[in-house]
Amino acid sequence: MDFGIIFSQTLTQAIGITAIIYCLAAVGLNVQFGYTGLLNFGQVAFVAAGAYAVGVIVLTFDLSLWLAILVGILASTLLALILGIPTLRLRADYLAIVTIAASELLRLLVRSIAFKDTFGGAQGLNGKLGQQFHDLNPLPSDFTSLPVLTWTRQDLWVVIVGWLLVVLFTLLVWGLVRSPWGRVVKGIREDEDAVVSLGKNVFVYKMQALVLGGIIGGFGGIVWAVAKQSVQPDTFQPDFTFFAYTILLLGGAARVFGPIVGAIIFWFLLAGVGELLSQMIQAGYIDFLSATDVGSIRFILMGLGLMLLMIFRPQGIFGDRRELALDAR
Amino acid sequence: MVKHIRIALGALMLSVIGLLALGGLSPAQAADTAVIGVLTTPGGAPVEGVKITVTNEEGFTESDTSDATGAFRVPLPSGGTYTIEVDTTTFPDGIALSREDDASRTLLVLSGEKKLLVPLSEGGESAVSASGDSTLDQIIQLFFDGILYGLLIALGAVGLNLVFGTTGLTNFSHGELLTLGAFTALALNEAGINIIIAAPIAIVFAAFAYGWGQNKILWRPLRRRKTGLIAAMIVSIGLAIVLRYTIALVFGSGPRTYQQFAGQVGISIGPFNTTPKALILGALAAVALGITVLWLQRSRIGKATRAVSDNPALASATGIDVERVIAVVWIVGAGLAAFAGIYLGMTQSSIWNMGQRMLLVLFAAVILGGLGTIYGAIVGALVVGVFINMTTLFIPTEMKTVGALFLMIVILLVRPQGLLGRKERVG
Repeated sequence: MDFGIIFSQTLTQAIGITAIIYCLAAVGLNVQFGYTGLLNFGQVAFVAAGAYAVGVIVLTFDLSLWLAILVGILASTLLALILGIPTLRLRADYLAIVTIAASELLRLLVRSIAFKDTFGGAQGLNGKLGQQFHDLNPLPSDFTSLPVLTWTRQDLWVVIVGWLLVVLFTLLVWGLVRSPWGRVVKGIREDEDAVVSLGKNVFVYKMQALVLGGIIGGFGGIVWAVAKQSVQPDTFQPDFTFFAYTILLLGGAARVFGPIVGAIIFWFLLAGVGELLSQMIQAGYIDFLSATDVGSIRFILMGLGLMLLMIFRPQGIFGDRRELALDAR
Repeated sequence: MVKHIRIALGALMLSVIGLLALGGLSPAQAADTAVIGVLTTPGGAPVEGVKITVTNEEGFTESDTSDATGAFRVPLPSGGTYTIEVDTTTFPDGIALSREDDASRTLLVLSGEKKLLVPLSEGGESAVSASGDSTLDQIIQLFFDGILYGLLIALGAVGLNLVFGTTGLTNFSHGELLTLGAFTALALNEAGINIIIAAPIAIVFAAFAYGWGQNKILWRPLRRRKTGLIAAMIVSIGLAIVLRYTIALVFGSGPRTYQQFAGQVGISIGPFNTTPKALILGALAAVALGITVLWLQRSRIGKATRAVSDNPALASATGIDVERVIAVVWIVGAGLAAFAGIYLGMTQSSIWNMGQRMLLVLFAAVILGGLGTIYGAIVGALVVGVFINMTTLFIPTEMKTVGALFLMIVILLVRPQGLLGRKERVG
């Protein structure tokens, strides 16, 4: 048992690339669900749209990464429009079912053999997706590693830019929710009919929130593709969305810094438990589990955490119970 | 005429037997983690030279080509989630996958050898999408398969819809009721009880433990706390994740079959090809659904259920014990779901995420029929079942679920209250 390794691994993951990706997805969800009250259960589709835009443009069409980022934004916007038009007029539970169905529909399409030439089938698109980004890496080429945090030179560059993106979008959300626009969408969350009676076009505001949250989620996908240099359909399962919800609810929905706090705590706990269990199994303290069981146990704990959080503290760690009235019908 | 289905079933059966034989012959390497399997034609002849590639998201890639005995073995560094692709371009002439979905699939592999089933068919594009003069037969066959599948969906969807109707809960953990039922029967079956006896025991156990018990421990206290419906929906997602991975932890991640009736010789009745077990299960499902409908129509508690579904407050005011009705609904719903799980486990196989895979199809059925309408689930399920199978005439089999999900979205655009739903504002 080496607690030093456990701690350094846990901390590296808590503020690492995966945490950034989930954090961006959760910031997007915060706009949609936290502030506007849209129960989007298909956030993973936006992440996939961003990631696949990079994969398809860079690998399939052999074009520039910067164009790919633009396409990623457009793809997220388009997806939000396509999803929003049929569903935004529906009740919250219908919206939830349709968005989760749409995300699965999209995943099945990109992994299908019929579109294998474009999307790479079940293997996805693997190659030098983020080369143009990594070429800009300003870190010294003899960089080995930071103390405690075990990122490679390439990873650290992604982590720096990733957190900058998170801060940028968080500031954007912070500004928006204090603007008149923010007051309208919060009004929609609290009482849609009241906002309609004030002469606001509720549909347009909801759509704007869906598009904005989708684009932020799409950036999560872009970071994913650039950092991992690989886009695979089966990583975009509905569970991704539920992880993002857990992060958002942990930090506190409708709180500007909720997703950031949530993502760091979530990954700290998840990685910590995983590392600790793995080490204990390796050291022989636990003999009824095998190393491969750790993955399942992490998921079980995460599901349990989501349940308990929702039952006992739906406002999350820093949330305000009065701010978020979770209810429908 | 339409021998393809029979051929495919034969191939499936033979690969099962082949794999079992292989498993018995090679215990020496059991400790290593690997994906293994044997490729054979429906006639049992080995298929050589087919490339199998295994990848994961960390960038691991390893492949193997089936040898002269049709066997392949891809060693893996450790357990985890892997994507396994069968390169269909390396098939010899005339050989095809029985299910096109098998060309690529993602599995959770724990340590040890993971047996991969690759049912093959001979002479034709694939089992269900052969062309030619047999189109009418094909349509009849697909319709028939669709009805059987629809009955399975209905078993799962009735409980989902009853719970929604009476409590307003959109239960994302309903799929896990199917999985739990299938695996309870599997546990009994592996303890030495014949599945014919194990199945009813599992269904009754599921109805009370997973249905009544779940309502009692979780949902009833939540209703008392006046937990909002969206919060409850998110709780159900958490529960689904907990249950799913607990099953994966306990039973492993590979597909499992019951000890009896795993491979059964197909039969032909007129233009239909099927297996006796599918027919019997379909008939039993129809009977179970018929009894449920009669129960809702005639019995006191059934009428009370419909009243609560209509308007809980009004039903309560007329002296109906709403909580008792909800408890009964959970028992019935979980029992039917367990039946659906065992049905799926017997006709296909039991796997830890089988319920999750079915959930969206169940939702499609429920929304099509009308969310909360009692009979809507059954009508919607049959339509979805037939629709899913019929679309394979026009689109690749691997995309048939896409068709069902698309149908659901279109229905919501055109008629959001569903086929049998009353016109009300759902916006």
